[in-house]
Amino acid sequence: MDVLAKFLQQLINGIHVGSIYALIALGYTMVYGIIKLINFAHGDIIMMGAYFTFVCIVTFNLPIGVALITPVILCLLSGILIERVAYKPLRNSPRLSALITAIGVSFLLENVFFKKFGQNPIPFPQIINPSPISLGPLQISRITFITVLISVLLMILLDLFIKKTKPGKAMRAVSEDPGAAQLMGINVNSTISLTFATGSALGAVGGILYSIAYPLIDPFMGVMPGLKAFVAAVLGGIGIIPGAMLGGFIMGIAESLTKGYISSQLADAVVFGILIVVLSLKPSGLLGKNVKEKV
Amino acid sequence: MNSRLKANIINTTSIILIYIILVLLIRIGFINNYYEGILIEMGINIILAVSLNLATGYLGQLTLGHAGFMAIGAYTAAILSARMNLPDLPLLLVSIVLGGLLAAFFAFLMAIPVFRLRGDYLAILTLGFGEIIRVIILNMKITGGGKGLSGILPLTSFSTVYFITVITVTIFYTLINSRHGRAIISIREDEIAAEAVGISTKYYKTFAFTLAAFFAGVAGGLFAHHTLVLDPKDFNFIRSIEILIIVVLGGMGNLTGSVLAAIIITILPRLLMGFADWNMIIYSVLLIAMMLFKPGGLLEKREFSLNGLLSGKKKSHGNTPVKNEGSE
Repeated sequence: MDVLAKFLQQLINGIHVGSIYALIALGYTMVYGIIKLINFAHGDIIMMGAYFTFVCIVTFNLPIGVALITPVILCLLSGILIERVAYKPLRNSPRLSALITAIGVSFLLENVFFKKFGQNPIPFPQIINPSPISLGPLQISRITFITVLISVLLMILLDLFIKKTKPGKAMRAVSEDPGAAQLMGINVNSTISLTFATGSALGAVGGILYSIAYPLIDPFMGVMPGLKAFVAAVLGGIGIIPGAMLGGFIMGIAESLTKGYISSQLADAVVFGILIVVLSLKPSGLLGKNVKEKV
Repeated sequence: MNSRLKANIINTTSIILIYIILVLLIRIGFINNYYEGILIEMGINIILAVSLNLATGYLGQLTLGHAGFMAIGAYTAAILSARMNLPDLPLLLVSIVLGGLLAAFFAFLMAIPVFRLRGDYLAILTLGFGEIIRVIILNMKITGGGKGLSGILPLTSFSTVYFITVITVTIFYTLINSRHGRAIISIREDEIAAEAVGISTKYYKTFAFTLAAFFAGVAGGLFAHHTLVLDPKDFNFIRSIEILIIVVLGGMGNLTGSVLAAIIITILPRLLMGFADWNMIIYSVLLIAMMLFKPGGLLEKREFSLNGLLSGKKKSHGNTPVKNEGSE
């Protein structure tokens, strides 16, 4: 029973981290789906979300509701701004130039926050009471409950948004064929902006949830979760929204199980190992369709 | 043939001249230890950039794991040189070549899964391999793990780096202008068409990837005997990205561009030191600005040629003719 309890505990931890990865991965996958760009600056949106929340709560002492909504809006606007300034002029350039620009934006954001807040990690305020809820032999922290709840809720909302609403349909149309979408009267530019806005807002929520789970924030905190979320997006099939969710959960669970049973240092290697195995078997990710090339 | 010979003479003379001038400047102390270190780093970055350019610029496969191969070369060379009993120069050469060979061997193994994939999937897979190499090094005893590997012999000198860099660039230049080079470029241009005219894409992809990894390993070996302390953190994916920045900045599939960009990217952070804690912010803004205004890279498609410059046939596209490899 003990063995099972430990396993379940690790599994729950995995779902906790996995739901955060999934939220972040959605931002990567949506942006990739629409403009085929690996948005390296997305990891730093996570960091910005965390810092903005910190400033709202600690510096300005805003009520908790406002302090959680403001950072999301700020990140959403930054996402749009970044796309307009740094990526839009390069839409018809070689794809690698846009990639390097994304890396440049990432360096810029990291170093601006580095200059403003310094290198040392800052403790993140406690927003959720961490006292655990007991379920039989299992101890589940309230943080886990709320994180998973919020993530799943957001994912359902996103799914409805993409499938049922007009702007959501426009997003899918542009990602399928921007030229044809434009001919059908869709405003491609504003749809791309909308994609960045949605992705960045989800990233900000992911960042806040991440810093609640690991309450130390520093200017480079977005790099590792960003990278793992990106791997999650690739694992599920990049550009495919349910794939990002699935990939996120797989990554989180694999990481947590490795930390619990093998070694915490090897967790990163295992995560990438899974990626390599999956891509060797399914070259376009778990849910990706293998497109046959026509000559 | 005559113009070719002339170009070769001009290039060889200028390479030797630049070398003599730099060595003289080091001797009289005009270039102190600090600047000599920067020159060595320049050479290492040139080797890394030129080799990555083969895989990414000429073969057209975006790889984000170059630092992993550099790490294999660096650690192998450092561990071997500490255990072999040879005079300095052969010791360095043997250990960096062995380091390069091991890196190439791993690249060869990776080529099998890697080249089943295309585009960004391939990029992320190589990133994964690079990170796995780093984590494994972090967890091995012989590499010193997280504490790093210290006590490496100081074998890298300006002269060795200079000549190894020249040799590397020459090898890549010759390769790219050969039949094999054209085969590699044809894969970038159109893989299916290349296959249709009888080019074994599998063979050339593996070949280019392995060769790039070999030189990354050599650069790693030079790096190890220059910094004398190795830390797995030196080889994380940010490092791979730095090399990629050099390649893209110089222009994809442009060797002279890579050389020029490697020089700029090595000097730039030092020039910005004066701005204290603003330096990285300025660096990233410059990076974004350069990409926005010159998306094709500094030299774009045009190779810089000293010979062309002298005979006045072509306009120059760079101010510092530091190293170049002949006319087109």
